[in-house]
Amino acid sequence: MKNFSISRRRFPYLLCLLNVLYLPQPASAQDKSPTYAITHARIFTLSGGTIDDGTLLIRDGKILSVGAAVAAPAGAQVIDAKGLQVYPGLFDPITQMGLSEISAVPSTVDSTETGSFNPDVVAAEAILPSSEHIPVTRAAGITEVLAVPASGGFDFSGHPGILGGQASAIHLAGWTISDMLLKKSVAAVLRWPEIQTQTFDFSTFTRKQKPYAEAKQEYEKQVNELTDWLDRARHYAVALGHGGATDYQRDVKLEALVPVTRGELPVLVFADRARDIRNAVEFCEKQKLKMILAGGAEAYKVKDLLRSKSIPVILRPTLSEPADEDDPYDRSLSQPAELGSAGVKFAFGSFDNSFARRLGQQAANAVAHGLPYEEALKAVTLYPAQILGLADQVGTLDSGKIANVIVTTGDPLELTTEVRYLFIKGQLTSLDNKHKALYEKYLNRPKPQ
Amino acid sequence: MKKSTAHFALLALFVIALIPFHARAANASAAAADAPAVLLIQNATILTVSHGTIENGSILIKDGKIAEVGPSIKAPKDAQAIDAGGQFVIPGIIDCHSHIAVDGDLNEGSISVSSIVNIADILDPDDISIYRDLAGGVTVANVLHGSANAIGGQTIVIKLRWGQPASKLPFEGALPGIKFALGENPKRSNGRSGRAPRYPTTRMGVEETIRGAFAEARDYKAAWDAYNKRVAGGDKNVIPPRRDLRLEPLVEVLEGKRYVHSHCYREDEILMLLRVAKEFGFKVRTFQHVLEGYKVADEIAAAGAGASTFSDWWAYKVEAYDAIPYNAALMTRRGVVVSINSDDAEEATHLNQEAAKSIKFGGLSHDEALKLVTLNPAIQLGIDKRVGSIDVGKDADFVIYNHDPLSAYAVVQKTLIDGRVYFDRQRDIADRPAREKEKKELLQKEKKSAEKKAETGEAAKKPGEKKPEEKKPEEKKPEEKKPEEKPKPPQASAVSGGAQ
Repeated sequence: MKNFSISRRRFPYLLCLLNVLYLPQPASAQDKSPTYAITHARIFTLSGGTIDDGTLLIRDGKILSVGAAVAAPAGAQVIDAKGLQVYPGLFDPITQMGLSEISAVPSTVDSTETGSFNPDVVAAEAILPSSEHIPVTRAAGITEVLAVPASGGFDFSGHPGILGGQASAIHLAGWTISDMLLKKSVAAVLRWPEIQTQTFDFSTFTRKQKPYAEAKQEYEKQVNELTDWLDRARHYAVALGHGGATDYQRDVKLEALVPVTRGELPVLVFADRARDIRNAVEFCEKQKLKMILAGGAEAYKVKDLLRSKSIPVILRPTLSEPADEDDPYDRSLSQPAELGSAGVKFAFGSFDNSFARRLGQQAANAVAHGLPYEEALKAVTLYPAQILGLADQVGTLDSGKIANVIVTTGDPLELTTEVRYLFIKGQLTSLDNKHKALYEKYLNRPKPQ
Repeated sequence: MKKSTAHFALLALFVIALIPFHARAANASAAAADAPAVLLIQNATILTVSHGTIENGSILIKDGKIAEVGPSIKAPKDAQAIDAGGQFVIPGIIDCHSHIAVDGDLNEGSISVSSIVNIADILDPDDISIYRDLAGGVTVANVLHGSANAIGGQTIVIKLRWGQPASKLPFEGALPGIKFALGENPKRSNGRSGRAPRYPTTRMGVEETIRGAFAEARDYKAAWDAYNKRVAGGDKNVIPPRRDLRLEPLVEVLEGKRYVHSHCYREDEILMLLRVAKEFGFKVRTFQHVLEGYKVADEIAAAGAGASTFSDWWAYKVEAYDAIPYNAALMTRRGVVVSINSDDAEEATHLNQEAAKSIKFGGLSHDEALKLVTLNPAIQLGIDKRVGSIDVGKDADFVIYNHDPLSAYAVVQKTLIDGRVYFDRQRDIADRPAREKEKKELLQKEKKSAEKKAETGEAAKKPGEKKPEEKKPEEKKPEEKKPEEKPKPPQASAVSGGAQ
């Protein structure tokens, strides 16, 4: 009994200890990060072209300057990057980072709230800065992500609801959430209701069928409920405007929806099928919501609509099965190129934590199927930043932007490329992680006798 | 007159024969091409896997086998040629853990020893995953039962001969296998709340289930051995033991006639199975997934077991929390024969890319990485004399890429099995307009007949009859096809395949 309780106590302690080792090295909070000069590098700014032998200066968390003729100031810490390449850090716009640790274990999963309408839950309030996923993902050159409630991953609890909560943009380093926060409320999650005649019940592991008419009725009921929520939020805003908060009972859910109804907070609408996307677009237009499509397995079928309404897309992984059996085998792979040439703005997303490090691979596979390389690179850096309204802060290597920068051995989308240095908010950040630690430990296991 | 009637009849026969086939196998056009007797692949970068890379090389194929490989081969007169200038040829990819080409559910989850059932009985040659995996360069798949039982169903190795009947799928001469499973899946740890427990529910019980079954199998074998001995000795009055279909496959395991492919994750359970195997004198042919294999790589190597793992999956359950992408490289360095598998129809379409990750994670060489999806799984499945490398005498199973196959930018151009082109990207693309047209026509036809039914049947309609709109093809949710122990995480909305 005694042993058991000790080991129970020790377990989280050990986890904490490990995490300390993985966190940014130049640690102590009082230390001011030095000025860094990355020299002799091939620099891909993604805004002003490529500099073959350039210098990038980082100071006070920001990019100070970048160019061929930039000189390293006295006292700067110089990183000779001859033979290496410099890019903005990658941006994964849909993850459950910090909200979900082991997807099959509910006690480690905080990404999906129960109930259908939770517009006021906010990802940033539950992000675990010491999640093992963070340093693992960072090692793949991803410097910032959007942590999105009700955004998938594998969830045994079932239905993700309709209004899933607010997504938060975070840097992938920091001792506390305030260190990490890029923007607390970036978008409101809307899981567009589907007309589902077939569902899969994970609690009983059985498939369930229902007639189309019944499924449609359910769908309409959900859309009506959603409309009602938005109407009430508008009324609430008007009432507040007239009388002031003291005269009315506060309603935190409606309050959270007010910026959505005004088009100030975008809605991240999860929909895959063409019909669902069309319905969602029509709905958002009628309700004057600012829509970002997430998923979009059949976005190619409605590309003209998306372009004409300027609705950007965060695409589900390129490496996904086509939606239908009779789709061309490369349907998911060629969709990004098709959307790109149709003028639809899109970014790649992993929709997951464990597979976030495949973000570059997702983009490279789209290039292999026709997407111009530069577009693919932007679709994992600049475009997610633009789509989420964060491009003034991250996404390119321009002076004044937050210094989220990677120095690599080559093309960051290629499978074999290594990240050599990584900066988050101007801090040289460790690339160590749980996987590397286990690798080194067992690499050195003595041969058994 | 006679002639034209005959023509018409012939044509009708042709059309009748063609329509259902074409409608059923919409992407199958590549399979229509028959194998030429002599085929020459020229001007290619040939990654033989067994003996290095040949720049600007040729491969001569006769009757489905590799007849010659070298820098310059003179084309025989009757040879059909494939110009692979600027392209890369590798041996066909072998997926050592697959669940494609199976009709319906592949988990007989009601009992903890389901060795009575056989995946070979439910092969489905029309599963579109066969074609999609072919398009990803896979030519051979080890099709396994699910992981719901400590001792699962019997398994089979197939070639992805798309367009052929089920009887042509099995890999001739490949030893059959049996699926074992350890850890969370057979003890049903995840996601089955409210269900009555089934023994075992602990790793202790999983061990006991396997040991108990083999204790029975050993006795059963002894009874048959004694019987056969007496019969051989001329005894005519001996009564044979009662047949036991559950134990027969286990006796085959004891006799080395059936391979054990065991799903596992944690280091302790890997060693546990090795102990049980040692006690009963059988071999574990492969550990599947084996995500903590790197922790006990020396023990796996010493037992002569293979390890077939994922590239970089982790953290989807507790037993996958210590999974690391260095697993394949670490085990390779300790002398284990390692392969990278898919466990998922989609993942199988880019196994070349998954293998490449072991160059970055653990420093495998280009050749070592390529072996993870070619020669090594061939060794694990006991078919390396036939496939797995580009050597004279082996089956002409190849993948032709437009770039180095260990790059994310490489796209499969052609896949050949037995010297026959089963997938051709250019032809697939060229055929798309015709398939689109065909689909539209079929939908139109379906719509018309539904309308007709609605018109004529309105009055006579029976209560409870389905309305035509219930058949809308859009309602289909393909991702729900194969419910499994755990779906593959990267699919955003999909719940697909995988009996991890």
